[in-house]
Amino acid sequence: MAFENLSDKLQNVFKNLRSKGRLTEADVKAALKEVKMALLEADVNFKVVKQFIKAVQERAIGQDVMNGLNPGQMVIKIVNEEMVALMGNETTEIALKPGNEITIIMMVGLQGAGKTTTTAKLAGLFKKKGRKPLLAACDIYRPAAIQQLHINGEKQGVEVFSMGDKNKPVDIAKAAVEHASKNGYNTLIIDTAGRLHVDESMMEELQELKKNIQIDQCILVVDAMTGQDAVNVSETFNEKIGIDGVILTKLDGDTRGGAALSIRSVTGRPILYVGMGEKLTDLEQFYPDRMASRILGMGDVLTLIDKV
Amino acid sequence: SKTRDNIVAGIDSIFSGFSSIDEEFYEEIEEILVMGDLGINATTAIIEDLKAKVKENKIKEPFECKELLIKSMKEQMDVGETAYEFENKQSVVLVIGVNGVGKTTSVGKLAGKLKDQGKKVVLAAADTFRAAASEQLTEWANRAGVDIIGGQEGADPAAVVFDAVAAAKARKADVLLCDTAGRLHNKKNLMEELRKINRILEKEYPEAYRETLVVLDGTTGQNALSQAREFKEVADITGIILTKLDGTAKGGIAVAIQSELKIPVKYIGVGETIDDLQKFDSEQFINALFTQN
Ligand SMILES: Nc1nc2c(ncn2[C@@H]2O[C@H](COP(=O)(O)OP(=O)(O)OP(=O)(O)O)[C@@H](O)[C@H]2O)c(=O)[nH]1
Ligand SMILES: Nc1nc2c(ncn2[C@@H]2O[C@H](COP(=O)(O)OP(=O)(O)OP(=O)(O)O)[C@@H](O)[C@H]2O)c(=O)[nH]1
Ligand SMILES: [Mg+2]
Ligand SMILES: [Mg+2]
Repeated sequence: MAFENLSDKLQNVFKNLRSKGRLTEADVKAALKEVKMALLEADVNFKVVKQFIKAVQERAIGQDVMNGLNPGQMVIKIVNEEMVALMGNETTEIALKPGNEITIIMMVGLQGAGKTTTTAKLAGLFKKKGRKPLLAACDIYRPAAIQQLHINGEKQGVEVFSMGDKNKPVDIAKAAVEHASKNGYNTLIIDTAGRLHVDESMMEELQELKKNIQIDQCILVVDAMTGQDAVNVSETFNEKIGIDGVILTKLDGDTRGGAALSIRSVTGRPILYVGMGEKLTDLEQFYPDRMASRILGMGDVLTLIDKV
Repeated sequence: SKTRDNIVAGIDSIFSGFSSIDEEFYEEIEEILVMGDLGINATTAIIEDLKAKVKENKIKEPFECKELLIKSMKEQMDVGETAYEFENKQSVVLVIGVNGVGKTTSVGKLAGKLKDQGKKVVLAAADTFRAAASEQLTEWANRAGVDIIGGQEGADPAAVVFDAVAAAKARKADVLLCDTAGRLHNKKNLMEELRKINRILEKEYPEAYRETLVVLDGTTGQNALSQAREFKEVADITGIILTKLDGTAKGGIAVAIQSELKIPVKYIGVGETIDDLQKFDSEQFINALFTQN
């Protein structure tokens, strides 16, 4: 691989330096230069990287180097802490209303991100928790989107409400809400069509859905492999529709997943779950610390630092 | 969509405000390239190369430097007309890629395009895994007005391809287009399945001209390089279809892929209708890279 891992690089940078009492400006700058490269290589947005590096630099200069660490490791320790803090210190769950009150969740995102699959995954998760989920097929555009949701719903043993592709999504959603309340469902998950954040009329469709239906949680589904554009996408969805949480999909691949940091830092919204495969049980909790070490690409060093 | 004129104006505005070629000027270029998803390695290599050329040719003006950069990137990304030979031959096109990138849609669009050229096209629905994958491709076959050889959910995809080859021969098809299931390139067994499909095509349809296109989502960052590398291990990739360029993503990782793996982008996807597939135009692509949205 053309890209050596960050710990090797830092090892090189600090080879000739003996551990000193305090982090000097030169130490910090040298280490952060490598960190910057690693973050860019992990697809963290360029502007987010710049901001982040600046914040870490301010915090790091002048700090004591802990015993057992070299200056590079000390900087990494600080970088890691800041990253975990930025991504939300704790794991967050989707807030559900108690009892028979219906919680309405709407899934939104770009084409092919994994909305329909994740809708069915969530249904399984909620069912396990003793909830009564209903799925609504509001993607009237993509060929066979409705069948796809039906097949997945059936696999999960969860009912799917659909009205074909001749009705407007907002009307389908309204009818689904009614169907849910009449039939004792307390969790409604609305699957919507994939759309580009710059597609005005498609974004208006979501705004209309939000205006007419009491959406409790609007969840942005994002492909973990997304590059620099993650910022444009999540910022625009958040501004135009308003999002409450994020689900990152396809983390079973080998992407470093820097989009997680970008999205979190521009929207401030929590990452709720991660998709870890195509099977409908492949949905996992999101752990900020694991994500941080994945993005940095240096789990080994972090383990060492943890021991100090 | 943007006209050429305002694209060029966009490029000028990005580089305006620089009266000399200094570190700040190069930093601006670095930012543009990284923001376009070229990745820091490819970006650094391009800038180093540019610096050397500037020195060698004693270039002093930022605009000359800019032109040099854009010209060399265009040349690098250029695809010759020979890239599309399969369109006019008896051929088989295998379409592969990770999940959700736009394989099925691209197969549908390509079918429409070839059908418009008067070709007889057969589709193989070799994604037997994803829910409603074959229904989706069937809808595309209807839109394009071409034949489809289907696979039941759970069927062996290699067997579907085997049947499709037989059908293509029997019906004297010009082009057989094979849609496959999305698979992440780090999944050993799924990549093995692809190898098997590839072998069937080699063995059963040797007379057909082979084209293997990997579909990459234009929104994808550095991972697309890893995808291209791994798919190249399984089949001889002849080109890339870069999708979803109708958004704000630039798809710059294709530049890194071209320089490391020498795989050219042949088509781009610019929307969800049957007409939204275009032949790759390096000039337009590079210009867009240097244009702010
Ligand atoms: N490997 C992997 N594949 C996933 C994951 N989540 C979804 N997929 C796959 O990604 C592809 C797209 O998923 P969909 O659920 O159809 O995506 P979507 O966002 O509904 O797509 P549109 O409705 O077309 O916008 C399918 O092949 C899914 O099986 C995941 O976590 N890991
Ligand atoms: N905006 C836009 N959307 C596209 C483009 N190409 C495909 N899509 C959309 O992306 C989504 C996924 O496309 P598919 O063709 O199902 O992707 P796939 O690679 O076959 O997906 P899997 O078979 O699940 O791996 C669909 O909603 C398509 O309409 C494109 O060029 N632009
Ligand atoms: Mg969908
Ligand atoms: Mg498909």
